Amino acid sequence: MSALLEVSGISKTFDGFKAINNLSFSIGAVELRAVIGPNGAGKTTFMDIVTGKTRPDEGEVLWGEGSKSLLRMNEAQIAREGIGRKFQRPTVFEDQTVAENLTMALKAERGPLAVLRWRPDRDSASRVAELAAEVGLSDHVARKAGELSHGQKQWLEIGMLLASAPRLLLVDEPAAGMTLAEREQTTTLLCRLAETRAVVVVEHDMDFVRRLNCRVTVLHQGSVLAEGSLDHVTRNPDVIEVYLGR
Amino acid sequence: MTRTPFVLRHPSILVVLAVLAVFTAAVTAGSAAYGSGAIPVSMIKLLGKTLCLALAAVAMDLVWGYLGILSLGQMAFFGLGGYMIGQWLMYARTETIVAAQLAQQPIPATAQELQDAVTNQIFGVVGSSDLPLVWSFAHSLTLQLILVLAVPGLLALVFGWLAFRSRVNGVYLSILTQAMTLALALWLFQNDSGFRGNNGLSGLQNIPGLDYVGQATLSVWFLWASALALALGYALAAWLVSGKFGSVVRAIRDDETRVRFLGYPVEGFKLVVFTVAAMMTAVAGALYYPQAGIINPAELMPIASIYLAVWVAIGGRGRLYGAVIGAVIVSLLSSWFTGGRAPSIHLPGYVVNWVDWWQVALGLTFVLVTLFAPKGIAGLFDRLSGILPPRRHGRDLGPGQGALQEKEAKA
Repeated sequence: MSALLEVSGISKTFDGFKAINNLSFSIGAVELRAVIGPNGAGKTTFMDIVTGKTRPDEGEVLWGEGSKSLLRMNEAQIAREGIGRKFQRPTVFEDQTVAENLTMALKAERGPLAVLRWRPDRDSASRVAELAAEVGLSDHVARKAGELSHGQKQWLEIGMLLASAPRLLLVDEPAAGMTLAEREQTTTLLCRLAETRAVVVVEHDMDFVRRLNCRVTVLHQGSVLAEGSLDHVTRNPDVIEVYLGR
Repeated sequence: MTRTPFVLRHPSILVVLAVLAVFTAAVTAGSAAYGSGAIPVSMIKLLGKTLCLALAAVAMDLVWGYLGILSLGQMAFFGLGGYMIGQWLMYARTETIVAAQLAQQPIPATAQELQDAVTNQIFGVVGSSDLPLVWSFAHSLTLQLILVLAVPGLLALVFGWLAFRSRVNGVYLSILTQAMTLALALWLFQNDSGFRGNNGLSGLQNIPGLDYVGQATLSVWFLWASALALALGYALAAWLVSGKFGSVVRAIRDDETRVRFLGYPVEGFKLVVFTVAAMMTAVAGALYYPQAGIINPAELMPIASIYLAVWVAIGGRGRLYGAVIGAVIVSLLSSWFTGGRAPSIHLPGYVVNWVDWWQVALGLTFVLVTLFAPKGIAGLFDRLSGILPPRRHGRDLGPGQGALQEKEAKA
């Protein structure tokens, strides 16, 4: 299986602190992967590097069939390549309606002039309605996102990610702040999404990871400590020490 | 899918344009040239200038209220627009006068002699007898009109490209814009920069070739032109901030990083809005200074741009009509209070003279508006039409950011 994203030997140092240390990682085109690790293991920095927010000091990040390097692209270009990112806190545009939020995320040309020419049509309207229905916000499309509850904002953001139809989805702690029922919904959604694309879930809640039932990569001090099924990695003595020895 | 026409989706545009039309018609009816003559020429000029300031405020609102860049150098573009049109006004008028003088000589003057005489007339005051390179196009109205848009547009494009590309944001960007206008003003102050130093350009109220018309009529013409420019500028701005483009622009204001992760080239959007706003401001300046009659580098000092920001803040940023209302009300009040006609307040032991105290009152108003009515005067309209800011339903119940909120817990 050829990899969709191939990260090899990246390192990143912040003021002498090695956030990422010779990390290698790869994920296939259709795969669900959980990345776990204690605080400070480099999970967020890893996502920042893949999405172009941070440049690594060394190493290579290759993307897609043509093995394009992502290191020379900025965040927007990487996003247009098809890498979507879900932040830990729901980040929706609070001053705009649910429909406007979704419309912005719809797959379409992103340049300023193309956006100026863009007009809503039957397709885009039905797509927005469809997405709103999918994330349970059908009754709220005309409301401002800032009026939604925390959980609804999470769902709106997920709806926005669906709208842009990314090939790789990076999800930062999706379970944070969700009720039990919402967690189950989220698990189902993530598993379903992973049927057609690559999904990387960064999480430190072991219960949630167990529910995902997928391959797990354990990060520690900026590099990969173990990889495999959850049962496999939790039997690994190094992992036990890292998680329990702290 | 049928779409309701653009103006019907944004009824505020129609209201603003209607008010503007009624205002223009009323002033015309009161002018000496076309009506009763109840309104003196100086007042018509003041109102015409106010419309230009309102156009600049609309542009400022685009940049600040919608894009989120507090540009403290916006009036640089206003001044540049004025300088560009001023070059032609001054050159062409001087040429007419000098040509008339030279015609009385027994030997007809050559083109070179004519140009030298014009140069002497314009630049004698700064001790120069060569026509500066920057005046190469001053003989042509068409070229200078193009420059009115091109020079400020290009400056905004280059400045914006450098600043936005390096991701300078917030206060730092404001300071940078302020430095830009200050640098430009200081450069213009120099005699050898070719714009007559601190003398500036003068006699701009006399339009070459229109000497027979008279200021009473000209002032009304300029009022019409200013009203038309404001109407077009307002419609353009309203169109820009509607729809998906406006959506993205407001999103950049609220969370730039998130917009990047959606795949939008944030810098490109900023550049488009900043440049368009600069050109709008330049048009406003090009219409303002022929009514003011004189422009000098002091007009480009940062304080002018800060006033513009104050007008927009008081009027209500993020609402285009707010910018218009703020600019019109505050600038008219300013000229009334500083014009010496406002009655002083006699307190026991002290006389509040408005010429001195107006600045204090304006500053205080600005602080109060910022603190207590961040939406400014436009906030009142919002309240009347029932637009309310999004309200979070109560506080988080628990310590975590994901905790249920009061309202959710009750439901």
